[in-house]
Amino acid sequence: MRAVNREKLASAALIVGVFVLWEVSCLVFGISEIILPRPSQIIATLIDRWPALMPHAVQTLYTTLVGFALGVGAGVVIGLLIGSSRLAYNVAFPLLVGFSSIPKVAVVPIFVLWFGSGTVPAVLTSAIICVFPVVVNMATGLATTEPELEDVLRTLKASKRDILLNVGLPRAMPYFFASLKVAVTLSFVGTVISETVASNRGVGNMMLIASSNFNVPLVFAGLFILAGLGVALYVIFSLIERRVTGWANRKTEFAGG
Amino acid sequence: MFLQNATPAETAELTTPTGLKPSGGARPIIEFERVTVSYGRDAAATQALAESTFRIDHGDFIALVGPSGCGKSTILKLVGGLLKASGGHVFVARREVGAEDVRIGMAFQNPTLLPWLSIRDNVMLPLKIARPFREEWRQKRKTEYRDRADALLAKVGLQDFANKFPWQLSGGMQQRASLCRALIHDPTLLLLDEPFGALDQFTREELWATLQTLWMERRPTVLLVTHDLRESAFLANRIMVMSARPGRILVDEQVDFPRPRTLDTTYQPEFTSLTHTLRSLIVAARSGAGAPS
Repeated sequence: MRAVNREKLASAALIVGVFVLWEVSCLVFGISEIILPRPSQIIATLIDRWPALMPHAVQTLYTTLVGFALGVGAGVVIGLLIGSSRLAYNVAFPLLVGFSSIPKVAVVPIFVLWFGSGTVPAVLTSAIICVFPVVVNMATGLATTEPELEDVLRTLKASKRDILLNVGLPRAMPYFFASLKVAVTLSFVGTVISETVASNRGVGNMMLIASSNFNVPLVFAGLFILAGLGVALYVIFSLIERRVTGWANRKTEFAGG
Repeated sequence: MFLQNATPAETAELTTPTGLKPSGGARPIIEFERVTVSYGRDAAATQALAESTFRIDHGDFIALVGPSGCGKSTILKLVGGLLKASGGHVFVARREVGAEDVRIGMAFQNPTLLPWLSIRDNVMLPLKIARPFREEWRQKRKTEYRDRADALLAKVGLQDFANKFPWQLSGGMQQRASLCRALIHDPTLLLLDEPFGALDQFTREELWATLQTLWMERRPTVLLVTHDLRESAFLANRIMVMSARPGRILVDEQVDFPRPRTLDTTYQPEFTSLTHTLRSLIVAARSGAGAPS
């Protein structure tokens, strides 16, 4: 336990250290706040302008969560379809790779064309950007299930559904959660891109306006909000992951409970 | 009692698919009719099982022995419905395999426990899946089924490990748990694919005795694949010796040592001479397959 605590302490120290270094270098080299504001200035702006910033943060969080939920839902369904049969997996994979290698920024104008500007294209961008990691991971998790584990169920005359529920899905859970952590951060990327291009609300839009006014500390305050939201969601999913898939990491606290 | 000094030439005569002996009440549970299995297609196909015809009666204890790669496991997989025959018919309880109304318990060479379930939940898995237990799974999984799993675990000395996860147990303990899983739903047919292969001598002999007791209590039909000749002679009523690939049944022999057999049985001269003969048969079978194909 002591070693774990020391690691946590070290990573906290590193985070603080980076900010201190940033602050000090800005002061020493006399960097203008128009180029790179100091962390203390950013946090001051954040506190100062919080009443105005909060609606944007809420908007971005809401858009991201809706998009994330849609994307993950679609990803799970597609992943199940593709992963439950070797044929489907082999046939569909090239198409998936093709789709996933399209830069998702490029689809924003299309969504704006179809749905107008505002929340809808942001939700859709956020959804589409997190579909692929989930699909690929779910499909891989299912497709790599050891045939021996399936054999155990097949000798019991289990149906395909039994096998999926009792072997396939639990087996794919660690892959699924790994993809969730990637997807949730990507989902923010999708939202912010879309807000920047075509919206009048949200942190992305706020940052765009602030930068056109050369209010650089406010731009950075937006970045801080995004980082905070991203970290918070990442932590939430890590905690759920640890409870659900502790067996995969052989966590002792999982074994105890 | 046994074909002493069988030479390869003599054993070849026995490969005719009629080398069967009626063993008591002739109520067959497994029937193989001219079954063949080959992997791959056309020219590249390798034959795993040559045309085999035999039957196994209810409540019998059969050991399948032979050189490695001779199709012993193939026979188990056919019976368990994990593999389709390329030719011929496999009947279980007089129905084409898969359609039969027989509960099957199977233990594999590796423990194959599901890593996300506790040992108890792993053992209870067949009760969740197999009929008729699954209908009452919701009502009984916290009471009757749970007690049933715990009782069985206690029988193999794992009562203190029910809440542990598979990776927290040694290989031998995992194998014992997997044996419990094969037995929990009171199978009529027990298929064991070298279940003790990876265990040390002492654990193995302990589990022989456990298995014998369980068999004598419940009398399932057991089909045991093994390459341990002492194991086959200790446990089985009937030993089927197979040739090298493509596998065929060379010798089919009754073992009449009285039960319950003990480790002392294994040091009696009859026992030693039986295992010795089996050994020479398999050595002959191996060298027969030595020619490059």
